[in-house]
Amino acid sequence: MTPALALFLREWRIARRIGGGASVGAVFFLIMVAIMPFALGPDLALLARLGPAILWVAALLATLLGLDRLFQADHEDGSLDLMMNGALPLEFVVLIKCAAHWTASALPLVVLSPLFGLMLAMAPKPLALVAASLAAGTPALTMIGAVGAALTVSLRRGGLLLAALALPLTIPVLIFGVAAASAASGGAAPFLTPFLMLCAMSLFAIAAAPFAAAAALRYARE
Amino acid sequence: MGLNAMRLRVQDLILERGGRLLFAGLSFEAAAGEAVIVTGPNGAGKTSLLRALCGFLPAQAGSFALEGGDDQLTVGEQAHYLGHADALKSALTAGENLFFWAAALGGGVSRATVIEALARVGLAHVVDFPVRTLSAGQKRRAALARLLVAHRPLWLLDEPTAALDAASQAAFAAILRERMARGGIIVAATHAPLGIEGAKELRLGAAERAGAF
Repeated sequence: MTPALALFLREWRIARRIGGGASVGAVFFLIMVAIMPFALGPDLALLARLGPAILWVAALLATLLGLDRLFQADHEDGSLDLMMNGALPLEFVVLIKCAAHWTASALPLVVLSPLFGLMLAMAPKPLALVAASLAAGTPALTMIGAVGAALTVSLRRGGLLLAALALPLTIPVLIFGVAAASAASGGAAPFLTPFLMLCAMSLFAIAAAPFAAAAALRYARE
Repeated sequence: MGLNAMRLRVQDLILERGGRLLFAGLSFEAAAGEAVIVTGPNGAGKTSLLRALCGFLPAQAGSFALEGGDDQLTVGEQAHYLGHADALKSALTAGENLFFWAAALGGGVSRATVIEALARVGLAHVVDFPVRTLSAGQKRRAALARLLVAHRPLWLLDEPTAALDAASQAAFAAILRERMARGGIIVAATHAPLGIEGAKELRLGAAERAGAF
């Protein structure tokens, strides 16, 4: 087994086991979507119009929810020290940890979003667009959050600081995500343009964030 | 060059921690098959020395190198570091933890290697138990087994026998002796005797201690 595959499997197993926190994001996503109709009232047309935005905000917050432990757990138990001198470059370690985190935490949101969108009275086509835009945009959210997680790795209560650091940077992703998702339900733009912007932001984040996060982790070691 | 030509050479090392000078002008050498026992009072810089050799702490001045090692790798990348933390994930089994470290530290990975390493520290019966359910001493032994699943010429050990019972300490001493016989280099910070003969002693912080209390 290659070091990369071994790391992915380890992260995946930790996330899926009890206390791992992969399902916490999905439950949070469900709670957010479930309480919205109570707050907004029984106006189905309004719910359907706001649906893509609600799903995207819920997915954004759910993605950030589990990220504060991404490097902190390894920092506390000494694993991160060993990984820095391991067989893989630290940048690659960051990338694989993010890939495992995305697969365990964000992919379920993408899969569940059409189902949860039904609770917001959305039609089949907008549901499909929401799922597609989330699939294209959540990698960028995970990677941006990973930079924040790396910067706050040695802080005991870094969760809030992580959100404060990462949320402003995720706003472009949110704007283009909602624009793509609401294209079929009276949105301002056609689907493809914002969708391609989302893909571009995810690709850029995947390329750049590992270097930023690894630099932050190296700076934090002592 | 083979393992037997290796030599860890530390020259005129100066280390500070938070503006406080830990030691200055520290020099020592360890050839293949030699062990250096680092002793000294709490706060003398034993852990900092090991972490500096790993590359985790910047040295103010001085140099260290593993002569005869791989020029492409840092000293830390050729060393096993056993710190205070055990680097084990409580949700994973002892076997899964070691299997990961074997791969991540660049060893030949097979389940047989992992089971053999755990058997060597007397943990063959808990291979498939989550680390969460192990005692402190058993966790420490699982961490020690990590040294055996991947080959690295230099072992940097920080209080390796903490939480170990007498029988485990004797078993670990045997592992260390075997390692030295095969040409490995060991640098261990410890308060308790490790039970290995012919080790050099490096005493840190002796001058400072005269003024303490």
